[in-house]
Amino acid sequence: MNIILAFCCGLLAATGTYMLLRRSFVKLVIGLALLSHAANLLIYIVASPLLGRPPLVRAGETQPPAPFADPLPGALILTAIVISFGVVAFTIVLIKRTYEEIGTDDLDQMTSTDRDLC
Amino acid sequence: MHTTVLILLLLAALAPMGVRVIGKSAGLIIATVSLAITGWYASRFGIVTAGAPILETMSWVPSLGVGVEFLLDGLSLTFALLICGIGGLVLLYTSSYLGDSPGLGRFYATLLTFMASMLGLVLANNLIVMFIFWELTSITSFLLIGFDFHRESARRCAWQALVVTGLGGLCLLAGIILLAIASGGSTGPEFAIRELDPGAILDSPLAGASVILTLIGCFSKSAIVPFHFWLPNAMEAPSPVSALLHSATMVKAGVYLIARLEPTLNEQRFWSDSLVAFGATTMLLGAALATRHVAFKKLLAYSTVSSLGILVMLIGLGAYAAAATYLIAHALFKACLFLVAGTATHIAGTKDTEAIGHLGRSMKISRWSALLGGLSLAGVAPFIGFAGKELTIKSGLNAGGLEAILLAIAIGLAAALTVFASIQVAFKPFFMPGPHKPEHAQEATWPEWLGPIILATLGLVLGLAPFLGMVPLVESFGASLAGAPLADDVTLGLGYLLWPPSIPLGISVLAVVIGIGLFMGRSPYRSLLAKTFAWDRFGPERTYDRLVGTTLASAQVLTNALQNGSLRSYTRIIVLTATACVALATLRIDAVASYLPSFGALTPFDVMLALTIAASAVSATMIRSRLGAIAALSGIGFAIAVYFVLHGAPDLAGTQFAVETLIVIIFVLVTHRLPRFARYTTNLSRSIDIVIALGLGSVVTTLTLLAMGSTVASPVSDFQAAEAVPSAYGRNVINVILVDYRAIDTLGEVFVLAVAAIGVFTLLTIRPSREAEATR
Repeated sequence: MNIILAFCCGLLAATGTYMLLRRSFVKLVIGLALLSHAANLLIYIVASPLLGRPPLVRAGETQPPAPFADPLPGALILTAIVISFGVVAFTIVLIKRTYEEIGTDDLDQMTSTDRDLC
Repeated sequence: MHTTVLILLLLAALAPMGVRVIGKSAGLIIATVSLAITGWYASRFGIVTAGAPILETMSWVPSLGVGVEFLLDGLSLTFALLICGIGGLVLLYTSSYLGDSPGLGRFYATLLTFMASMLGLVLANNLIVMFIFWELTSITSFLLIGFDFHRESARRCAWQALVVTGLGGLCLLAGIILLAIASGGSTGPEFAIRELDPGAILDSPLAGASVILTLIGCFSKSAIVPFHFWLPNAMEAPSPVSALLHSATMVKAGVYLIARLEPTLNEQRFWSDSLVAFGATTMLLGAALATRHVAFKKLLAYSTVSSLGILVMLIGLGAYAAAATYLIAHALFKACLFLVAGTATHIAGTKDTEAIGHLGRSMKISRWSALLGGLSLAGVAPFIGFAGKELTIKSGLNAGGLEAILLAIAIGLAAALTVFASIQVAFKPFFMPGPHKPEHAQEATWPEWLGPIILATLGLVLGLAPFLGMVPLVESFGASLAGAPLADDVTLGLGYLLWPPSIPLGISVLAVVIGIGLFMGRSPYRSLLAKTFAWDRFGPERTYDRLVGTTLASAQVLTNALQNGSLRSYTRIIVLTATACVALATLRIDAVASYLPSFGALTPFDVMLALTIAASAVSATMIRSRLGAIAALSGIGFAIAVYFVLHGAPDLAGTQFAVETLIVIIFVLVTHRLPRFARYTTNLSRSIDIVIALGLGSVVTTLTLLAMGSTVASPVSDFQAAEAVPSAYGRNVINVILVDYRAIDTLGEVFVLAVAAIGVFTLLTIRPSREAEATR
């Protein structure tokens, strides 16, 4: 099972990269979202190859019933999901604002500051 | 001994405040302290010259047994006396010379830091500690050369000195580490110079590399050919700096280290031969270049280059007593001449020795300093410079065979040129006529003439009566280099040197005669010299300039290529680099296939999920409508959420559903006012990007498969699950990890979200003001 998911992971990374390389700002944000999906999926399938129950401890017991899913990747991904939500939300607003100011969503039109520095 | 270094550093910290509070007389106090330190070292004179070096250890890391060792033997005592003694006189001189400069406090702070570093350098007995002080002298020297930082030439020359000595410093670091490895020691900070094992180094295959690297370090610091060009350029520094750093102390750091390593390395033929060859070349070239110049400090700087060559050559020849005598003599007369040159330039208003005439009529005291110093530089009896030169010629002749003849000729020629240079710099402007006669010129104030006259008199007194401290110091200096007491008696007395007449004396007399003759016919001589040195444009300084130019130009090309302002090309470079690095690393793993996981069982549900993810991912890139792309994106998110549900992570699934929904809402709300999903790129650029993207994708897949198949340690989460209830009192292990084991991480995440929220709020609410809008 996980093997096909590994290929899904690679495909998500590839499509994410492809979208990052587009000139449209909106596509770039879609690329970011795709890449964060790829990363989350990667962490999860790498760390818990077995099907398992949620790592919850029943009342009165001291250990979750085996086999339980590895809780650490779960915690990491939970953090990652929330952070990538923050990033994507910020970028979406950034697009909106940029479009209002510059009137385009073409990234190649947005190189002026760097050019001035050269 | 450690205290003296710390006192100087403390003074450096206090100096700027002191100058602000009590003005330039703060310099008198600083100079007094420095001379008091000289006195302390002088009080150790008896013990050290009796053959008992003083070793003091300051505890540094007591638990590892690491201490900072300071060693006071004949070699370091000589240097310590020169640094603090000349340093004191120079500090005194500065209080008048730079008395009205607004940077006086800064100057004192830097000069005192330099003195502390230099003192630490000659005293430190641990290789690494020594190296740190060595680098500190380079840095303080950089700051001092660039003291007048508003002048472009000062900045350029300071930079050049730093680049040359800094590169040399790197070579030296490598060299001394190799030496430590070759002698079988550790390379930690505790490794002491005395632990270097000459026999082990001689047998080690690292011997050659370590000697070459160490020599490059020492040569660059001491301005030995081919690194000699930075020293004359360093004359951009104020005169006190030239007097202390670029004649008496800093440039001698290379000579010091060569001397310090001499007992360890003198059995290496290559070491001694290089010292003699490069030293003699530098001696001759420096002396010749000195006669080419008529500006006070330029001339003195080239003459210093020549003297440094002599010192290196003498150590290479094993003539330790001669090296010690010449080193002391040179420090005395050169510091004196530099200080007088500074005053003379101030008073005359020009630095051209050819133009200035009869300056001695107004500088009634300094002219005697110049004359006495100049005679010592020329090597005329009875000055100490004479003893130095005699011993040098004698050591050259002792080399034997053809080498002796060549060396005698070279030394004699350099001596003649030095006589010429010393007349030009110390006699001509003060006692001979010249077109430029400054009106109403007056002698400088006492702090300015006192130091030079003391140094010049000392040169005369030590020459007349070398038994006043000079002989024991030279003997103990020589013993430090030889590693044992010197076999021959040190003969510095004038009686021995002048009678019976010998070959060295003859060469010496001849040199003086030739020197005076050259000075008489100096204008045809100079035009001849200018023709001879036409090859200068291929010299090391041009090479240095070209190297710097090429480095800057290629940096420019590289920057323009990589930093072109296009986000897409940045992304491409990053992605390609990452792909290449990971792919190369993967190829280097032996038997990659053995790490791949087994396929396992498949359920129809799994296949459906995988197909959903794949189809949505591909369509997200293909769909021409924005809304469609967003729908495909959320399709992936929901599919992954379902996967989380199936695989025991309901918390993740819940979060993923919530976030996915929010993102779709925000996307749709915000972007419906944007233009259509435009297609900007060409087919070619799309194809390139597809290749790049597929490359990264395959690397990610490989990496995932390899990581799945190789669990090398038991996961930390076993512990986290086991301790969740007993220690952390939580029954949801994921929650326990987030708020307990990794609570600080979660706190950071909260901050990130807060920052993102503030960013969103700012972007949405803050607008350019009306005025800004109007000026657009």
